[in-house]
Amino acid sequence: MGREVSESCIDSLLTEMVSTYCNRFYANKPELAARRIEAIGYQVGHQLSERYTMERPRFSDHLEAIKFICKDFWSELFKKQIDNLKTNHRGTFVLQDNRFRWLTRMSIDQSPENGASEEPSIMADNKAVQSMHLYFPCGIIRGALSNLGIPCAVSADISNLPACSFVVRIKA
Amino acid sequence: MAPAAPRTGEAIFASVERVNAELFTLTYGAIVRQLLTDLEEVEEVNKQLDQMGYNIGIRLIDEFLAKSNVSRCVDFKETAEVIAKVGFKMFLGVTASVTNWDAEGTCCSIVLEDNPLVDFVELPDTCQGLYYCNILSGVVRGALEMVSMKTEVTWIRDMLRGDDAYELQVKLLKQVPEEYPYKDDE
Repeated sequence: MGREVSESCIDSLLTEMVSTYCNRFYANKPELAARRIEAIGYQVGHQLSERYTMERPRFSDHLEAIKFICKDFWSELFKKQIDNLKTNHRGTFVLQDNRFRWLTRMSIDQSPENGASEEPSIMADNKAVQSMHLYFPCGIIRGALSNLGIPCAVSADISNLPACSFVVRIKA
Repeated sequence: MAPAAPRTGEAIFASVERVNAELFTLTYGAIVRQLLTDLEEVEEVNKQLDQMGYNIGIRLIDEFLAKSNVSRCVDFKETAEVIAKVGFKMFLGVTASVTNWDAEGTCCSIVLEDNPLVDFVELPDTCQGLYYCNILSGVVRGALEMVSMKTEVTWIRDMLRGDDAYELQVKLLKQVPEEYPYKDDE
């Protein structure tokens, strides 16, 4: 096991990064904030996948690379694997994490006083904050795959909380 | 009920959820890089990193107090020791030492020989003037402000600038007496 830091370090850093871009730099331009957050994730994913594949043979096809993301890569980041992988065999893959750590931790962190609120405006706010946070892991996956020579688009679906599905569309 | 005994930084670090430090280090690096691209001015990046740290510090202090069970520090000297020995250890997994006290006991240095923020980091020449770890000084300043201590925190030594350690100078500017909204005998 390599060096570790407390999970609060990464949680605090991500929360603050999202808040810096969404509330301070681009308060009225969420799409610009989203692009920056995704770019930061891309950079991280690209570097991590470079490090984690250093001593591996090249992947023979897209599915092998995606499996690596689901297993080894995800385990390094979250100490668990992706729970479910689906594909249409035409370049779209759906990676589902049944209990995505950054969402479960962050939704609690965001609103300790109104965590269980039923009020629609607060729930909508929470959703908006959560989806902002998801640009970062989407960027990580896109960066990691791009480092493996697979250009793609990645989006997230949280209609099934606390499960989170990442949809990877490989560019032909 | 007797108050719980204070816990060491090692004990807390061993008991909290931990993550791969690479993820943390590379994420921080990517944020600094993005800030440099977006803000262009190195000075402005220093300021933003400090602000981000401050915002983190004012929240992290709660977790620190809750997990460490430290009782009220008698003076600033004890406060500095607790930050170095417990604070840095329980979050970053590294220990720091406190040195260079001034005669009044209001200014000292926290020295880090090991710093997970800078693993794999090399600064290009274009980043002269960047205080890469400025988020840390912000965290310390923010956390201390929440326990009524106004401080100024500055980098004295920085290994990314060729020094032999990371040295943070912490200067106590003002200690705001805590005012309770209630009287002791109520």
